[in-house]
Amino acid sequence: MARPTKEERKISIMTKALELFSKEGFYQTTMPTIAEKIGMSVGNLYNYFTSKEMLAKDLILYIANILGEEIRAINESGVGTQEKIEAIVHMYFRVAKDRPETIEYFLRVYLSNREVFQNCCEGMICVSAFVTEMMIFFEEGVRCGELRDQDFFSAFGLFMGYLGGMVFIHGENILPKPLEEYEHTIAENIYYALKTR
Amino acid sequence: MPSKPAKVIWLQGITCNGNTHSFLNDPSLGALLESIEFIHHPILPCKKTLKELVKKLPKSDILIFEGAYRADFERAGVKMETLLVTLASKTKHIIALGSCASFGGIFKEASPEHISGILFDKESESGPLQTLRKKVITLSGCPIHPKWLSFVLDMIVQGKKITLDEYRRPKELYGYLVHNGCLRNEYFEWKVDSDHFGTKEGCLYYAQGCQGPFTHGSCNKILWNEVSSKTRAGTPCVGCTEPSYPRTELFSTKTYMSIPAEMPLGIPKRSYLALAGAAKSFHIKRLEGKLIDDNA
Ligand code: SF4
Ligand code: SF4
Repeated sequence: MARPTKEERKISIMTKALELFSKEGFYQTTMPTIAEKIGMSVGNLYNYFTSKEMLAKDLILYIANILGEEIRAINESGVGTQEKIEAIVHMYFRVAKDRPETIEYFLRVYLSNREVFQNCCEGMICVSAFVTEMMIFFEEGVRCGELRDQDFFSAFGLFMGYLGGMVFIHGENILPKPLEEYEHTIAENIYYALKTR
Repeated sequence: MPSKPAKVIWLQGITCNGNTHSFLNDPSLGALLESIEFIHHPILPCKKTLKELVKKLPKSDILIFEGAYRADFERAGVKMETLLVTLASKTKHIIALGSCASFGGIFKEASPEHISGILFDKESESGPLQTLRKKVITLSGCPIHPKWLSFVLDMIVQGKKITLDEYRRPKELYGYLVHNGCLRNEYFEWKVDSDHFGTKEGCLYYAQGCQGPFTHGSCNKILWNEVSSKTRAGTPCVGCTEPSYPRTELFSTKTYMSIPAEMPLGIPKRSYLALAGAAKSFHIKRLEGKLIDDNA
């Protein structure tokens, strides 16, 4: 079997770290634990990531890129704003279901431990791939007259806060029905909240 | 330098005289008048009055047309369609001076169907001088910078080749954006805005609608009165050299969900937003404070 390349090794470290961080939290997870779980010496792990903060930052970049690419495909699909909202909600819940660690990481590590990211990814730099696509989604919605013009963050907070909140209470096993059963009504609520009157 | 001065006619269409007055502020006017001679000019001493001019429309080397064109607008009892077209056919070079002569400008707003520039009507090349287009040089601006005119007159007199853009504007003057050479560029890059007129600090793009990133002209290279420009003095560029001038709401940037409706020329929306988002995340003390702090 061919030896994995450095990039492949990095991805496998990130996958494991993502799982640990999202389950155990940022502070509970140490570099030695990560090294142990992937069967690597701690010294070698530092060859790939110079610190736990750098690893955490690369993870958020990685997730933002995945979500960003998904939304970009939706933005470029040429459908109307309401369908785009349906598609974004569907995509977000699908990722939350298939790869729960990504959304968990976003909510429980990135948003809850801002101090970790303060120096290595100021403001929204690390999630820019994702935020940029959301900006384009909103901008196009307003430009074509379907969405109401307002401050970007008021709209962004409404959209993402709603989705994040649903995934969060789903993760706490509070929702009586599976997440996907809420998709349509959630998308409808978002659309009605944001559309032009 | 040619031995005989070039013969110039300065004809006015529908105008506020802004370009005429601007031209009088050119410190090199005295020297220029040694190589050109006005057969007719509305203000400067010259050979013929307008009434004398229309009696027998003479030949010339350069025809400068200031103001907007309307076929039935009269000067000294002669309709513009006759006056302009005849003088234009009897000259070697034609200069559309100012935004009205270039694209219709502010006067076009009064009667959009009947008023245009002499070669262009906004973006479309449908003005009365279409058949003479090769002779036309567009000098848009509201008003035009006096040095832009003296530069072009000098180039013509010297027999030098003038490279033109798609609107027949000299590239040496309009190849730049007003944004080029603006002292606020660093503020633009780091997204530090000024939200009122007259400040030394901040970029005037987001909050005040500065058109510098979309406007071709060398206002920040060839300074007004040799010392300043709109953006240097703290007012936004209103885009007066472009065929789209005048926009409505000159002092605000149209946004959709806080995102500018128009991206700086040549920059894709996605890239711009990603960069702008990153730039906004930084807080640079040097750019956020006053340049001169009176209370320090
Ligand atoms: S003030 Fe206008 S010209 Fe100057 S940097 Fe800002 S946008 Fe550009
Ligand atoms: S700065 Fe802008 S508004 Fe002012 S003269 Fe130049 S192009 Fe026109």
